[in-house]
Amino acid sequence: MRHFEDFVVGETIDHGTRTVSADDIVAFARQFDPQPFHVDVDAPETASLGGLIASGWHIATIFMRMMCDSFLLDSSSMGSPGIETLKWVQPVRPGDALAARSIVIDARASQSRPDRGIVRFRHELADGDGAIVMWFENPVMFGRRP
Amino acid sequence: MSAFDAITVGERFEFGSYDFTAERIKAFARDWDPQPFHVDEEAAAKSAFGGLIASGWHTAAVMMRLQVDYFRDRGTARPRFGVSPGFDDLKWLKPVYAGDRVTYSGRVLAKRRSQSRPGMGIVTTEFSGVNQNGEPVFEVTAHVMVSVD
Repeated sequence: MRHFEDFVVGETIDHGTRTVSADDIVAFARQFDPQPFHVDVDAPETASLGGLIASGWHIATIFMRMMCDSFLLDSSSMGSPGIETLKWVQPVRPGDALAARSIVIDARASQSRPDRGIVRFRHELADGDGAIVMWFENPVMFGRRP
Repeated sequence: MSAFDAITVGERFEFGSYDFTAERIKAFARDWDPQPFHVDEEAAAKSAFGGLIASGWHTAAVMMRLQVDYFRDRGTARPRFGVSPGFDDLKWLKPVYAGDRVTYSGRVLAKRRSQSRPGMGIVTTEFSGVNQNGEPVFEVTAHVMVSVD
């Protein structure tokens, strides 16, 4: 299990790849973001964007799940207070194979709470051509090794 | 009037409320964020949170849904906006526990014409979520592209 002490500044953690289907895009968006260009292939708004695109929140949660499966579920994660910046750089479309990774940009012990440390990440999601489709930076709290 | 012109800086929107039941929290988290404190009541009780809490992404996704419903219900089912370049300063201020009711609102902070995309403007809105005790639990400053034509 990964604890706070196991994160090294500069380290890249690879979360693998996941392909998004049109059905995935529509299913998420029907629940949380039912704008025409996420749920309706035939809508004029969809045509004007060159076809169906995934909700940004869907892309973010896909990333989250990939990170969970990669290492977070086998870690001492204590959650995150927020996200400084997130950019949706370009649209995600059906069939895109998304590759996720997180780079450790800082790690420091909490001053106020000796049981934990704060690891700051730059998270990146790229398409099959290696172009970044989304990135964000945020701190995550991890328990220290007992 | 264009969608861009129709938006007033300072304008407030009340998007309504959402009940974060244990079932909804666990269903979302099983798909997207299956950390023990989001999917397992017993593990959550032993965690630093002391009980089942919603994934922060769930809190955010509900904000999106209530916003889409709000504008749809006001006859703007097909607004010429929606694509977002991103957001800043998203804060999960307090955990959202099973049984909490979160009420969401928005306030337009700024609007400007896009330099890089002629015909589009960028509207910046601060969204917030407050629980049944009046405590802010969620905040984000989000940007959205809006047609100026």
